[in-house]
Amino acid sequence: MIPAKFDYIKVGSVSEAINMLEKHGDEAKILAGGHSLIPAMKLRLSRPEMLIDISGISGMDTISEDDDEIVVGANCTHSAIASSELVNSQLNILAQTAKCIGDIQVRNRGTIGGSLAHADPASDYPATILACDAKIEVEGKSGKRTIDATDFFLGIFTTALTEDELITAIRFPKVVNGSYHKFFQSASRFAVVGVAAVKEGDSVKVGVTGVSGTPYRATAVENAYDGTSSAASHAVDDVDVMSDHFAGEEYRSHLAKVMVKKALEA
Amino acid sequence: MNITVTINGEEHSHDVEPRISLAQYLRETLDLTGTHIGCDTSGCGACTVTVDGAAAKACTLLAVQVDGCEVTTIEGMAQNGQMHPIQEAFKENHGLQCGFCTPGMVMTAVDILKNNPNPSEEEIRHGLEGNFCRCTGYHNIVKSIQHAAEKING
Ligand SMILES: Cc1cc2nc3c(=O)[nH]c(=O)nc-3n(C[C@H](O)[C@H](O)[C@H](O)COP(=O)(O)OP(=O)(O)OC[C@H]3O[C@@H](n4cnc5c(N)ncnc54)[C@H](O)[C@@H]3O)c2cc1C
Ligand code: FES
Ligand code: FES
Repeated sequence: MIPAKFDYIKVGSVSEAINMLEKHGDEAKILAGGHSLIPAMKLRLSRPEMLIDISGISGMDTISEDDDEIVVGANCTHSAIASSELVNSQLNILAQTAKCIGDIQVRNRGTIGGSLAHADPASDYPATILACDAKIEVEGKSGKRTIDATDFFLGIFTTALTEDELITAIRFPKVVNGSYHKFFQSASRFAVVGVAAVKEGDSVKVGVTGVSGTPYRATAVENAYDGTSSAASHAVDDVDVMSDHFAGEEYRSHLAKVMVKKALEA
Repeated sequence: MNITVTINGEEHSHDVEPRISLAQYLRETLDLTGTHIGCDTSGCGACTVTVDGAAAKACTLLAVQVDGCEVTTIEGMAQNGQMHPIQEAFKENHGLQCGFCTPGMVMTAVDILKNNPNPSEEEIRHGLEGNFCRCTGYHNIVKSIQHAAEKING
């Protein structure tokens, strides 16, 4: 299986990437780890004429501490996140999430920026990004801006990024008490349902992926939370639940409640 | 586009089309046919090689993405006619039947053992999540990797 013809350029800086995006418009695509884009190109679901490889941009693959925040570069691989001491100690929920993505080979190449930009409704990070109230730092021709996690995901494979923007980093608050719970699709190992919960005092923040075309904050659960897991019954209140050949709507709704219950009990 | 890649310790330079995968480049340009192509869509792991020491599926990497990198394929495992301990362990534990998945299994085992020199059975099984075998039922592959760990740790 060979993709349609394209040109390839490896850029050395964010501004170079933005210039290339501007110049080539919707004929160009950013290439990070390639683990969503290359399979799609081989199946000819995607046929960009120009790939802009951002993997060599220095400083985009670092993880650092900034006061009470952890800043994760967009080009950090799932493996780098899973094995980072800083992430494991200060933002353990993100390490838990990265560890259950795909397999060793996928984790060695795929990046957090690529996963968020791709916005696959069965991907794992969105649940955790939402529960942590992370901020997505992006840069485009009109400069830098920061997008709240709750404003980032707009639908299946759709985000708030404009055509000339790229994600440069994701900024997380440190999280003491958070956990990610995933029900694996047994063949692909993507999430049928993934639930992230971050507890703070008497309250909880719950992010849900896999259930709807757009990952969401389960605000109905958060509002009903009383310190027990009974609020899990609200997991799909006002949610448009997906149905596919892995999980029908009724089963997926039930599974969402079961996984939210686990997350609240953790 | 011209790329220079160190493969099994030897530097190679070629002009390649950007759409050519690393797996195709290895097999068709360099005649290193030990890297197998099963699914060609990142599902089966038969094409696994290491890139700068980390296991990767060569069907889902463009050759141009590994410009300047060090790649090891199954052909680079034996040294001076001597099998690598992982290869020996597969042979001794009947870790293969038809052998189609074996190069990918061995190259994934390199990554598993690099990051975890003493893996438990469960850790090995998790480590092999991206590698399919249609023959062995995995049991002897897991045993082979356990045995390889013992050999390497001496
Ligand atoms: C076998 C297999 C199993 C997988 N299992 C899982 C799983 O269990 N859970 C899961 O969540 N994911 C899974 N994935 C997807 C994987 O995590 C991908 O790595 C990820 O979705 C995309 O990251 P990437 O770096 O490979 O991006 P690429 O494929 O390079 O890019 C993906 C898209 O994002 C755009 N893009 C990339 N980086 C940026 C950026 N910084 N700014 C703006 N746009 C950008 C690209 O233009 C492209 O449209 C799996 C993939 C495979 C092949
Ligand atoms: S051939 Fe590459 S994963 Fe199957
Ligand atoms: S030995 Fe035949 S596929 Fe594994």
